[in-house]
Amino acid sequence: MQQKKRFNTTFWLLIVPVLLWLVVLIVLPHLDLLISSFQVKNSAGENVFSLNNYLAFFNNDIYWGTFLKTAGYAVFVTLLAFVISFPVAFYLTKVISKKYAGLLVLLLLIPLWVGELVTVYGWMILLGDHGVINHFLLFLGMIDKPINMLYTDLSMVIGLLYMSMLFMVVPIMTTLESLDDAYIEAASDLGAGKWTIFTKIIIPYSMPGIISGAIIVFMLVIGDFLAPDILGGKHSLWFTEQIYSKFLQTFNWGEGAAFGFLLLFLSSAIVWLALKLSGQKLEKVGS
Amino acid sequence: MDTILEIKKLSKHFADFTSVDGIDFSVEEGGFFSILGPSGCGKTTLLRMISGFEEESEGEILIRGKSMKGVPPEQRPVNIVFQSLALFPMMNVKENVAFGLKRKKLQKNVIDHKVAQMLGRVGLSGFERKKVTELSGGQRQRVAIARSLVMEPSILLLDEPLGALDRKLREHMKIELKLLQKELGTTFIYITHDQSEALVMSDKIAVMNKGRFEQVDTPRELYKNPKTAFVASFVGESNRFEIIHKEGDVLTTKGQWKLTKSGLDFTPVVLYIRPEAFILSPTEERKDISVFEVTIKTVLFDGANTKLSTFAQGSDDEILISLPQNAHFEDLCEGDTIQVGVHQDDLKCYEEE
Amino acid sequence: MKRKILLAVSVLLFTSGVPFAKETLKIITWKGYAPKALVKKFEKETGIRVKITYSNNEEMIAKLRATRGAGFDLAQPSQDRISFVQKQFPVYQPIDYAKVNTDQLVPSMLDAVKKNTLVEGKSYAVPFCYGTTGLIVNKKEAPEANDWSALWNPKYKGKISYRLKRPILIATAFGLGEDPFALYDDIEAYKKLMAKVEKKLIETKSYVKSYWTSGDTQVNIIKSGDANVISGWDGKGWEVHKVNPDIDYVAPKSGALGWIDTFAIPAKAKNVEAAYQWINFMLSAKNAAYFTNKEKYGTASKGAPEFLDEEIKADFKRSFTPEDIENIKWQPPVPAGFEAIESEVLDRIKAAR
Repeated sequence: MQQKKRFNTTFWLLIVPVLLWLVVLIVLPHLDLLISSFQVKNSAGENVFSLNNYLAFFNNDIYWGTFLKTAGYAVFVTLLAFVISFPVAFYLTKVISKKYAGLLVLLLLIPLWVGELVTVYGWMILLGDHGVINHFLLFLGMIDKPINMLYTDLSMVIGLLYMSMLFMVVPIMTTLESLDDAYIEAASDLGAGKWTIFTKIIIPYSMPGIISGAIIVFMLVIGDFLAPDILGGKHSLWFTEQIYSKFLQTFNWGEGAAFGFLLLFLSSAIVWLALKLSGQKLEKVGS
Repeated sequence: MDTILEIKKLSKHFADFTSVDGIDFSVEEGGFFSILGPSGCGKTTLLRMISGFEEESEGEILIRGKSMKGVPPEQRPVNIVFQSLALFPMMNVKENVAFGLKRKKLQKNVIDHKVAQMLGRVGLSGFERKKVTELSGGQRQRVAIARSLVMEPSILLLDEPLGALDRKLREHMKIELKLLQKELGTTFIYITHDQSEALVMSDKIAVMNKGRFEQVDTPRELYKNPKTAFVASFVGESNRFEIIHKEGDVLTTKGQWKLTKSGLDFTPVVLYIRPEAFILSPTEERKDISVFEVTIKTVLFDGANTKLSTFAQGSDDEILISLPQNAHFEDLCEGDTIQVGVHQDDLKCYEEE
Repeated sequence: MKRKILLAVSVLLFTSGVPFAKETLKIITWKGYAPKALVKKFEKETGIRVKITYSNNEEMIAKLRATRGAGFDLAQPSQDRISFVQKQFPVYQPIDYAKVNTDQLVPSMLDAVKKNTLVEGKSYAVPFCYGTTGLIVNKKEAPEANDWSALWNPKYKGKISYRLKRPILIATAFGLGEDPFALYDDIEAYKKLMAKVEKKLIETKSYVKSYWTSGDTQVNIIKSGDANVISGWDGKGWEVHKVNPDIDYVAPKSGALGWIDTFAIPAKAKNVEAAYQWINFMLSAKNAAYFTNKEKYGTASKGAPEFLDEEIKADFKRSFTPEDIENIKWQPPVPAGFEAIESEVLDRIKAAR
C-alpha cells in the first residue's frame, strides 16, 4: 500500500511539468489563435463568430492555388531528399567503417550549426549571375553568358533540400543500422539479384525510417519561410508568406490564424494519406 | 551412394591469418554431415565458401561434379539457414517461404501449392498470415528451414541454427531436424560447436580445428576411437593424464599413477580415459583389464551424469568416474575406497597434444 | 572558509556593478536607430539601463497589438503607420509635447508628424529621422534610368529588382503619372488605380530578376551585379556608392517617396519619463548628427547639420536637386482597409506567371 502511494506521488511529480508545458506553451496559444480564426468584426466593430476567415481561403484561387503549389513543391522536395539521402545513408551505414561514418555525419550537421540564414546566403554567393558557379563555367568556356540560377525555383529547391536533407538521412541511417547483413545474404541465397534485394528487402525494411524522414522533411519544407523568400524567384509565393503577410501586413489576424490552421490540417491530411498509401502506421514510424 | 559435394584442397587466407587450411572431403547424397569445432576454427568460413558468400583462396568446390568457381550465391544449388535465421521481418510467414520461389518466376498457383506443402511438412499449416515476429523460437526455426527447403536445394547448409534456443527446445529440435532430414532425403551440412547436437543428428561428423579437419567419421567411431588428442578432448568427456615415463607396457602419469597398456609402438605424451570406461567393482579377473583401488573424494551428483571424483592410491591425479544411478552403488560416499577396472582398449594414448 | 569566500564574492558583485538594480528603458526600434556609442553615453549620463529590441513596422505593430501596448517603453514606427493602428487598437499613449525639447526640432517636420498622427484631437509621435525611397542604379550599365518607369523598361530586362511591398505600388502609380495620395479619401477610385498598377507590374514581371526582401538583400543584388536598376533606400544607395562609384542613389523624376520614422510611447509603458529623456537625448544636435553620419538617414534635429560629415552633405547634393527635394512625396497616413486591397494586389502579382 505504502509502495503504491509513493509511486503515485512520483508519477504526479513527473507528469505535472509535462502537462503544464503542454498546456501553457502549446495548447493555450493555439486556443487563442483558434478562437480568433472563427471571429470577424461586424459593422459595429464587435467580434462575432463567422466562418468567413476559412471561406476566404477556398473562395480566392490565389490562396488555395498557393497552398497547392506549396504542397506540391514540398512533396517534390521530399521525394528528391529521399532519392539523394538513401544512397548517402546506405553508404554511411553499410559501406564505410564506423570510424569515418561518425566524422562524415558531423560534416552533414554543419548546415544545421551555421543556421539556415547563413546557408541561404552561401547559396546566393554560389548561384548568382556573377557567383562562383557561373564564374567557373565561364572560365572553363563551357558557357558564354551566365546561367540564371539564383532567384529561380531551382535555387529555392536547392535551398529547401539543403536545410532538410539531414532529417531524411538520420532516420534512414537508424533503420539501416539495425538491418542485419544476414537479411541481404539470405535474399541473395534465395536467388534474389541486387535490384530485387534493394526493392524487396532493403527498402521495405527501412520504410519506417523513410516515412518518418519524409514526414519531417515535408513538414519542414511546407512550413519553411526563408528559402522561398530569399532564394525563390519572383514566382515563388509560399503559403507561409501569405500567413505572414496576413498577420504582419494587413493585420488580419483572424484570416492569418485560419490560414495557419488550414496549413496544419491540410498538411496533416497529406501525411495521413501518404501513410495510408504506403501501408505504414504512425506508431511504427515513431518507434 | 553418389557423392554430392566434393571439396578439394580448399583454403581461405585473410590478411593476417589462414581460416581454412587445405581441406579435402566429400559428402554423400542424402546424408546428414556435421562440421564440429570450437568457435574460430574456420567452420563458418568453410560454409560461406560453399554457399558462395566467400571466395576461396585456393582449391575447388564441386557440387554434383560441377565446379562452383565464379558461381554467385543466388545461382548455387545450395541454400543456407542462418545462425540468426534472417527471417524477413516485414513479411509474413507465407511471404518469407515464397520469397525464393517468386525469384524463380514460378506461377502463382505453383508457388501457393509448394508453400502450403512445405509449411505442412514443418507443422506450420495455418500460420501463413502470421507475422514472423509473432512466432515462438521453435516456429521461427521451422519457417527458416521451410524457406530454404522449399527451394529444393541439392544441399541445405545450416549455420548453428539451434544456438539461440533454450536448452529444452534445443533438445526437441535436434530430434525434429534429424527426422525431417530422414523424411526429405535432402543432404544437410550442419555446422555446430555443440558436440551433442552433432552426435545425435549426424551420419558423419568432421571435427575441425585451426582450419583443418582432425577426423571425419561416424559419431560412434568418433566417440570410441578419437584419432587425435584434440578429438578425444573435444568430443565427449574425458580424463586427461600427462605421461612422463614409459617402461615396457607400464605408463607413469605426472601424478605417479601407473597403468598398463600393451602393444604400443610409440611413447605417448598424453592419455585419455572416458569416465564411463571405468568398471566399478569388477567381478571377473581378466588380464586385459587393469584393476586398482581409488579413494572417493566427493560425489558430484547430476542425475544420469553423476560422477565420482577420486584419487588412485599413491597418486595425485584426480580421476572422474561415472556412477550409474542404481541401487547397487547407492551407499557410496566420501572417503570410501573402492575397486575399479579399466580395459586396455579404453586407454587412448597420443604421441602429441 | 567557504562562507567567507561567498561573502567576498557577493560584496564584490554589489560594489562593482554600477548600473546594477537601476531603472531600465525598453526600446523596440529598427536596426541602427540606437547606436551603441549613444546608448553607452545615455546610460552614463542618466544611470538608466537601455534594452534594445530590433524590429520593423509590421512586427512592431503586431507585438504591441498582442500585448495591448505593454512590454516596451518606447517604439519607433513610421509616421504613416500610427493613426490607423491607434484607431483600431489603442496601443500608444498621446505625447506630452511639453516634455519634449521642441525647439531642437525642425518645425515643419514636427508639424507634419503632429498632423499625421492626430487621433481624436491628440497626437502620438515625435519625428526622429527621415529618408526617401527611390532608385539605386548602376550608372555604367543603365545611365538613363532616372524615373520609376525604369523599373518596367524592357531595356533593363532581367536586371531589374524591387521590393514587392506597398511602396512599389505607390511608386508605380506616380510613375504612371497618377497621384495615389489624392485618392486616399476615395476607396473605389483607389481600387481602380491599384488595378492599373497591378496590370502594369504583372505585364512587366518578366523583366524582373527577383524581388528583394530586406536592406541586406537590396544591397546584395545591386552590388553583385545581379541587377542594375532597383528600387532602394537613399542611405543604402550611398553605402554601396562608397564601395562602387558606378552605383548611386537616384531620386526619381516623378518623386521619391519620403518617409519619417518617429518616437511613440506604448500605452502601457512602465518608464515614460525615461522615454522622454531618450527622445530629447537622441534629438540633441550632436547626438542626432552622430546618428546621421553613421546611418546616413536625414534627421529631424534642427542643429544637427552643423556637425555632419562633408561626405554626407556630398551624397545628398549628388542625388537631390532642389526640385527633387520639392518633389519628395511624403507619405500621409494610410486609411484603414487600404492595406487589405494592396495586400491582395501584391499576392496576385507574386502568384502571376
